[in-house]
Amino acid sequence: MKKFDKERVLLAVAGPVIALAVAFVLSAIVLIASGKNPVEPFALMIEQAGFSDIQVLIVNQASLYYIAALAVAIGFRMNLFNIGVDGQYQLGAFMAAVVGAHANLPAFLQVPLLLLTAVLTGAFWSGIAGVLKVTRGVSEVVATIMLNAIATSLIVYMWKPDVFGVKVGNNSTTGEMHESGWIPGFDMGAAGEIYGLVVLAALLGIGYWIVLNRTRFGFDLRASGASESAAAASGVDPKRMVLTAMLISGALAGLAGLPILMGDAHTYNLNFPTGVGFLGIGIALLGRNSPVGIAFAALLWAWLDKASPELDYHGFDKEIAVIMQGLIVLSVVVSYEAVREWGLRRQQRRVGAELAAGHVLGATDNSKKEVAGR
Amino acid sequence: MTAVELAGITKRFPGVVANHDIHLTVRKGTVHALVGENGAGKSTLMKILYGMQKPDEGTIAVDGEQVSFSSPADAIARGIGMVHQHFMLADNLTVLENVVLGSEKLYGIGARARRKIKELSERYGLGVRPDLLVEELGVAARQRVEILKVLYRGARTLILDEPTAVLVPQEVDALFDNLRELKAEGLSVIFISHKLGEVLSVADEITVIRRGTTVGTAVPAGTTPRQLAELMVGSELPTPETAESTVTDRPVLTVDTLRLAAPSGKALLDDISFTIHAGEVLGIAGVEGNGQTELVDALIGLRHADSGSIRFLDQDITALPTRKRREQGVGYIPEDRHRHGLLLEAPLWENRILGHVTEKPNSKGVWLDLKNAQQDTRRIVETYDVRTPGIDVTAASLSGGNQQKLIVGREMSHNPRFLIAAHPTRGVDVGAQAAIWDHIREARREGLAVLLISADLDELIGLSDTLRVIYDGKLVADADPATITPEALGSAMTGAASGHLEDDENPAPPENRDGATGSAKSAAPPASPASPESPEDEAR
Repeated sequence: MKKFDKERVLLAVAGPVIALAVAFVLSAIVLIASGKNPVEPFALMIEQAGFSDIQVLIVNQASLYYIAALAVAIGFRMNLFNIGVDGQYQLGAFMAAVVGAHANLPAFLQVPLLLLTAVLTGAFWSGIAGVLKVTRGVSEVVATIMLNAIATSLIVYMWKPDVFGVKVGNNSTTGEMHESGWIPGFDMGAAGEIYGLVVLAALLGIGYWIVLNRTRFGFDLRASGASESAAAASGVDPKRMVLTAMLISGALAGLAGLPILMGDAHTYNLNFPTGVGFLGIGIALLGRNSPVGIAFAALLWAWLDKASPELDYHGFDKEIAVIMQGLIVLSVVVSYEAVREWGLRRQQRRVGAELAAGHVLGATDNSKKEVAGR
Repeated sequence: MTAVELAGITKRFPGVVANHDIHLTVRKGTVHALVGENGAGKSTLMKILYGMQKPDEGTIAVDGEQVSFSSPADAIARGIGMVHQHFMLADNLTVLENVVLGSEKLYGIGARARRKIKELSERYGLGVRPDLLVEELGVAARQRVEILKVLYRGARTLILDEPTAVLVPQEVDALFDNLRELKAEGLSVIFISHKLGEVLSVADEITVIRRGTTVGTAVPAGTTPRQLAELMVGSELPTPETAESTVTDRPVLTVDTLRLAAPSGKALLDDISFTIHAGEVLGIAGVEGNGQTELVDALIGLRHADSGSIRFLDQDITALPTRKRREQGVGYIPEDRHRHGLLLEAPLWENRILGHVTEKPNSKGVWLDLKNAQQDTRRIVETYDVRTPGIDVTAASLSGGNQQKLIVGREMSHNPRFLIAAHPTRGVDVGAQAAIWDHIREARREGLAVLLISADLDELIGLSDTLRVIYDGKLVADADPATITPEALGSAMTGAASGHLEDDENPAPPENRDGATGSAKSAAPPASPASPESPEDEAR
């Protein structure tokens, strides 16, 4: 039944393509409404994507987005909305920076230690929401939003010099990490360096796909997302699955800041990117929770981020890019639901038509069978 | 005099013809039954008549006058009313409020409306009391409110969609009395059903729909259920072979004084004890909502008993989680296949894995074994006659009967020792129904223990070796399916009888034993034309 496979690919692509087209058109309308040329900003931004230094920036930024979006996506796959990725990401990076500044092991121990610190911190923070949901029925949405706020305050507290903080001028930092915890990048010459942990992001994407599609656990997780009641009847323990998914989501979120921390910043200071976890939500949505889709979405987002500053030099506002990101998220939600329903109905009709035409699986010998139902 | 005449109705949906050249003539003052398998096109036709959809071809005439409906309001204005299978009543309003809702202009909302309701209720013997809250009413009373609602709006032709699906036999009889009142007053009723015994007892004329078109009309006096079923299915029905009892003395499942309480402390299940032996089908009869769902949940492990024990073979499984139970040989055909049996938007082969992800051929260690799972899905599709163009289509694309056959195939493929079959043929067409019964019978011959829960008393009596009646969370009565009648069972289901049920006045004929002949209402032998007084006929 190759036909249905092709159809599935078509449907998978149709959603994002429609959403992007709509978002571009709506952004153009915004530009026209503010009396600007509706095409030029996009032309400028596309031109930017051709420069190698911008490309490096895009890839580096995308690696953070990618991991954060995977963390969101694993929750989405089982109908959990982990809005707390941002808090888990910040705390994970913060704790890794602290450990990296205080412990000084050989690199082959130091690097795993930092990764593990980030994973455990992120998982711990999301685990609080998981435990609350499983034991007390607290919505994970509410719990993780609150935990984001707490994480921010906690970091401010830990930045105090008498806790883990080191003041560098006006900047709060966690102090410089020992070099054994630095990860060298890929040298791109004049264009700069691509973070070494971009590789980690790719590996996580592959791992995400394998776990979800090729393991029993992944099947249970997807089943829980598709139908909680059917999954429970199939033998999935719903509570344990909620907790496990929250822990994995938080663990991934904890890793999201490490490419920049270990590849470039080497400290967690006031300039450390925030909001990555929130952007991850939009990216996971656009990428349809698929590792390949998320990769494209993360690159797109990073492109909008890194190409838009150029607009300021040409009399446009770089916030166009932010408007565009918002519009993409909105149109994604609408178009995916529409495409999904359309696809489902279309397939029902086609199956009906195929059956009516006598194309029944294994029907070489019983092609005259009547078609029941439908 | 014709009340409604549909001629040459054709309705196409893209790729599918739902109705094709349908002719239906309903005479005034008659009950006209419309029968056909699930998916044959009955509901599409009624949606057309009720103005919910427009036909592509064909004409509708009401009282001899050609009409065109673009909404149900048009149909209502022409005196056509519909009583839906699922009631459309607001529980927290009174009967009066429900009836006037949306038609306040007719008789106001006060005394005049109340008078009208009382008058209609008396004229047609509906026994509707306008000031009760709907939530206080039972199913049958709600249905009468629905009928009254339609009459209140001036309907002269009533469409009743599967009205008996939710009723016990006594209530069905009462409903039929109401229908006779209606037609005595000159009203017409279109009665949609696939229960042939009922159709034969209440209808004046019968139109059979198969695969979207009318294949014949019949009058009950000259028709047997079997002939009607053959018209519906379009082929000679298989004659069920005689099966002798396969019950052994090896207990497979023993439930002992099981109790399950709601958070409020009310017992949902109380003092439930029974044993099912290898090769035995234990049927549980009961009006829905008397603890059947909870019993199934407790057996499959979705809920855990507050006290009492469940033994499966030689093991106490009271505390085992669902997955362990399924791995050890508990098969499960859920009551609601969309909620508990399928992932509707997942392909068939993933649905084949569902519930058995830890077992061969679906997985090796922690890894899924896609190749073998898909291959085995193909085998199930072929062996169990699941009509599908392939295994990559979503479960939602299949008709209910084919979805159910897939579930049955899946559960039977793991050699269950004990099978929970909750409403195994609900919403399934006659062809698939017979196939599913055959699979259950065959597995029983091979030593399977089955717990059968069904609202279809014919199915229960036909398939079961032992019958128990559940009422208000307790097993209140037991009966021998060889001798029991649906009426006796029905009164126990309403809590009116308990203990061992005997029907001394109407001893059933011996060949009724074991579903050999009496199991399939569609496969009933062409013995006697239907008369509602004959328990034997009702049993079929």
